[in-house]
Amino acid sequence: MARAATTADAFNAVAEPRRREILDVLAGGERPVNDLVRLLGLTQPQVSKHLRVLREVGAVDVRDEGRRRLYRLNGHALKPIHDWVKTYERSWSERFDRLDVVLAELKEKEQGDDGDDE
Amino acid sequence: MTAMTSSGTATVTLPTDEQILITREFDAPKHLVYKAWTTPELVKRWWSGDRGEVTIAEIDLRVGGTWRYVMVASGDLEVGFHGEYREIVPNERIVSTEVFEGIPGVPGGEALNTLTFTEVDGRTILEILVEHTDKETRDMVIETGMEAGMQESMDHLEQVAVSLG
Repeated sequence: MARAATTADAFNAVAEPRRREILDVLAGGERPVNDLVRLLGLTQPQVSKHLRVLREVGAVDVRDEGRRRLYRLNGHALKPIHDWVKTYERSWSERFDRLDVVLAELKEKEQGDDGDDE
Repeated sequence: MTAMTSSGTATVTLPTDEQILITREFDAPKHLVYKAWTTPELVKRWWSGDRGEVTIAEIDLRVGGTWRYVMVASGDLEVGFHGEYREIVPNERIVSTEVFEGIPGVPGGEALNTLTFTEVDGRTILEILVEHTDKETRDMVIETGMEAGMQESMDHLEQVAVSLG
């Protein structure tokens, strides 16, 4: 379980909705902070704070190009988290897909019953 | 905007260090979603998803009453969960505890689950908030889930390999 803290911290970092949005943008390619500020409608300090959290857990990498700092996704660091979310979402989605079938039947039955009453 | 089908993916977020939130919309009014969630013979039909068969679904739907579900997963692995109802508002809200009965070597902490049923235009948004007692327990569940997910992938791979051979 030595890895637990690291992975879970990364998970926390990624689970925050705004940081997810940043990662979504970066999934499309490397970006300077200004692009993120413009695209997400946040202030520069807000974006910088989120980027710092993401960098701390290795979810994004940064490099300097001239006077610009460019941020990009680190897919390798994100893979365990991505896998967990996908597995967890999938197991619930499988349940819910079956629940959909049950609900469709209940609806049909209820509508049928209503018809009888009228 | 295209019409939404009833089938969609569950959305998973982590609102705080102790919580996991699962959200899903259903094409049915909330009293039916509530019914499918609280009627043993209906729970048996969906709760295991694609992972096995529900062999036991016991529901004593009253505050202080208990519930217990057991599923037999692939490879004859029995997986059981149980808990106690803490709050019940019919068709609106269910608060209950959940304890994973575990497989040897995997400890299971008690979680508090809050289900909220919200109806909009005949459709229901179901929110399941899973709260663990502390961040460590939640993270353990996440880690265990990762391992289980990997195991499942390996099992699947094995099946494919066998079918090719």
